[in-house]
Amino acid sequence: MNAPPLRPTTLAELSAAVCSAPRVLAIGARTKPRLSTVGSDVTLISTLGLSGITEYQPDEFTFTALAGTPLRDIASTLGARGQYLPFDPYLLEAGATLGGTLAAGLSGPGRFRFGGLRDFILGVRFVDGTGRLVRLGGKVVKNAAGFDVPKFFVGSLGRFGVFGELTFKVFPRPAATLTLRLPVTDANAATQILTAAAGARWEIDALDYLPAADAVALRLAGPASALPLLAAEILTRFPGEILNDAAADALWTELRELHWTFANGPLLKLALTPVQLPALAATVRTHKGRLHVTAGGNAALVSLPTPIASLGLAALTLRGPGPLWLDPPATPAIAAAVKTALDPQNRFPSIAP
Amino acid sequence: MVPLAPPAAKRTCLFVFPVSSIATPATNPARFLRRLGEILPATRLLAGPAQLAAYESDGLTAFRTAPLAVAIPESQTEVIALVRLCHDEKIPFLARGSGTSLSGGSTPVAGGLVIALNRLNRILRVDPAQRVAIVEPGVINTAVTLAVASYGLHYAPDPSSQSICTIGGNVAFNSGGAHCLKYGMTSNHVLGLKAVLATGEVVEFGSASREQLGPDWCGLFVGNEGLFGIALEITLQLLPRAEVFHTVLAGYRTLEQAGDAVSAIIASGLLPGAIEIMDALALEAASAAVHAEYPPDCEAVLIVELEGPREVVAAQRPQLDALIAASAPVEARPARDASERAAIWKGRKSAFSAVGRLSPDFIVQDGVVPRRRLGEALRRIAEMSRAAGMRCANVFHAGDGNLHPLILYNGTEPGALDRAEILAGKILHMCVEMGGSITGEHGVGLEKRDYLATMFNADELDCLHRLRDAFDPLGLANPGKMFPDGTAPALAQPGLHPLEKAGLISRE
Repeated sequence: MNAPPLRPTTLAELSAAVCSAPRVLAIGARTKPRLSTVGSDVTLISTLGLSGITEYQPDEFTFTALAGTPLRDIASTLGARGQYLPFDPYLLEAGATLGGTLAAGLSGPGRFRFGGLRDFILGVRFVDGTGRLVRLGGKVVKNAAGFDVPKFFVGSLGRFGVFGELTFKVFPRPAATLTLRLPVTDANAATQILTAAAGARWEIDALDYLPAADAVALRLAGPASALPLLAAEILTRFPGEILNDAAADALWTELRELHWTFANGPLLKLALTPVQLPALAATVRTHKGRLHVTAGGNAALVSLPTPIASLGLAALTLRGPGPLWLDPPATPAIAAAVKTALDPQNRFPSIAP
Repeated sequence: MVPLAPPAAKRTCLFVFPVSSIATPATNPARFLRRLGEILPATRLLAGPAQLAAYESDGLTAFRTAPLAVAIPESQTEVIALVRLCHDEKIPFLARGSGTSLSGGSTPVAGGLVIALNRLNRILRVDPAQRVAIVEPGVINTAVTLAVASYGLHYAPDPSSQSICTIGGNVAFNSGGAHCLKYGMTSNHVLGLKAVLATGEVVEFGSASREQLGPDWCGLFVGNEGLFGIALEITLQLLPRAEVFHTVLAGYRTLEQAGDAVSAIIASGLLPGAIEIMDALALEAASAAVHAEYPPDCEAVLIVELEGPREVVAAQRPQLDALIAASAPVEARPARDASERAAIWKGRKSAFSAVGRLSPDFIVQDGVVPRRRLGEALRRIAEMSRAAGMRCANVFHAGDGNLHPLILYNGTEPGALDRAEILAGKILHMCVEMGGSITGEHGVGLEKRDYLATMFNADELDCLHRLRDAFDPLGLANPGKMFPDGTAPALAQPGLHPLEKAGLISRE
């Protein structure tokens, strides 16, 4: 058991907190608790005292917020000005923070159209392992000065620096959305639809496969007058139905808040390509697990009743029991050198399994 | 206000030859050249002065340096062997594609090896189902789109030099283009890459998936300006080609009016694929160069492009047209067909080279300001140019606040380049002071290395240095770029890039 977390309320205090112990790790709202389950020698630093949007310029398509700012605060502030983070960050209602989302590298279904966290993060102010507060990247939508450390931090699990303040690009929220449910018999059929639809002219907003519902969920976003026309064409190609607004909201909320998962089993994130989908679906079925495939077959969340040793692909455990990594990706030699560069005293736990 | 002139002592770094980072005394160029001959046949090694001349400079034509030698590998294995030899012999090296860098990113290092990657130009795999292409670094940007067009796909990043610049160079400098606001830069389209690092380690970052696990190594590598190593194989994401376009060219009496139109479009909730502005001097140049016709007596022309499925564009088109009509243009011309659209873009993309016809020499700047301060930035650039007695044309990506002031000068006039550089420095300081960046898409390179410290404090620079040292402990990979600590190039012959003179390439 770790000691109660430190709770800095300013960036200076955050820096002091990093220096206050030989081993530290930042936590947010702990909605993905496995990512910050570490040895008892590690002092946890809560970022929940670092909350709030520090800069928002709707006409610049950018905002800057402290790392502990809840996603829902950001969504409501952006929403009031007709803008949004297009990648549908997960666990918004559960209280997930902006910093935790970046560290976990979790982008939701909306990332299909314009990309995920890596495509919207612009700048990061962080405390490195020496306790120095450093700002890299920029605050404008376009910047090529210096190495792209903000992008590197996507999925870094807080193991290379503690985020203090983040700058993101945002987009105008489309006027309307329309969700189609396209029934499929199996994962092979789903893969065919995902592949065909992703390459078509329709500019799909989200393209997911839900094995439990035996369906592909396809979301369009854009001007209200255009969407029924696009939907009609899609339905002539892939039979299915248009969900009413309430059903569509319920579906995307369930997916965003992970309500479909086992309460106590492991929840894992995977990166894949559509051709790997049928094998993954079969493996998950064998283990009586549940599966949500998103981003047109490029990402998946797997929920299992109990821990298993392998899914046949690299997987990261977000919550529940079991090791942090299954079939971990190989670590290049350069990884150790970069860790030393950002964290010479090895204050942050290793990301390696 | 911050003093605007660049610090004189720093600036001299461009012209002196700091001993610290040239090849160390332990190096033995003769032995290096001998061992080079064991890797490549003599026909693919250039070392004579006449042979090296073509490689002495890049798109930043004001500077040139003769390298020790140029190697022309034909395979990834050869590139790896070359980098390992450089590491072994402590000889600096840099990769070069088509040499179009506007920041001097591929200006050679004195005493170093240039690794010319043009023959690694194979498109290794196109997977239309997964919408990815795996290419070698010497593949030309437009060749990717050409190779996948029959599948209805395209590669989105479109720098103006796209008909000649290479993907390897795009990756090294995180190149942009006219469609960055909506689609991002090169880094947003690189899913995976294989690279040989300066240490000789061969790494594979990312994959063919659009998702990743663990830190984004691929994102860190893209834009490294050649300071980490050389990309050997790049996995690019492809997008379905937009079905239809609605491209409007609108002329305005004043730059402010054009800027106001941009603000109105941004505030409307539309997300155009491109929003570009050219000022009067740039228009004059483009008219002369490509016989483009623009509305008369305009201080600025705005180009806005909507793209997407026909139903979506049909719904958004009246909204855009109404916004433009309300912005009181002298004239608004929607492109009626593909050839009119192409003509609008030809005028825009040729603007830089066209300006070359107005002046023997020019410097292209790449600063970024917050979009709402574009008008103010342009006013101040005009004032500073007037005060310096220099002409400055403006062509810019208005949608993302990325300015491209072109400072015109005559390199044969004593002191003219110095004055142009001082003005360029003032503009960069202004961009940083407004909360922007010294570079939006050209990279820091050689040209802006003395200004990196205006954006980042000592701790931040130290952090960047530590990262560089992690990838390249010996400091052999493209030294002298990004950080103000490298070998010095000499002033070159003034003038356009030879390919530009021949009308083969354009700049942005």
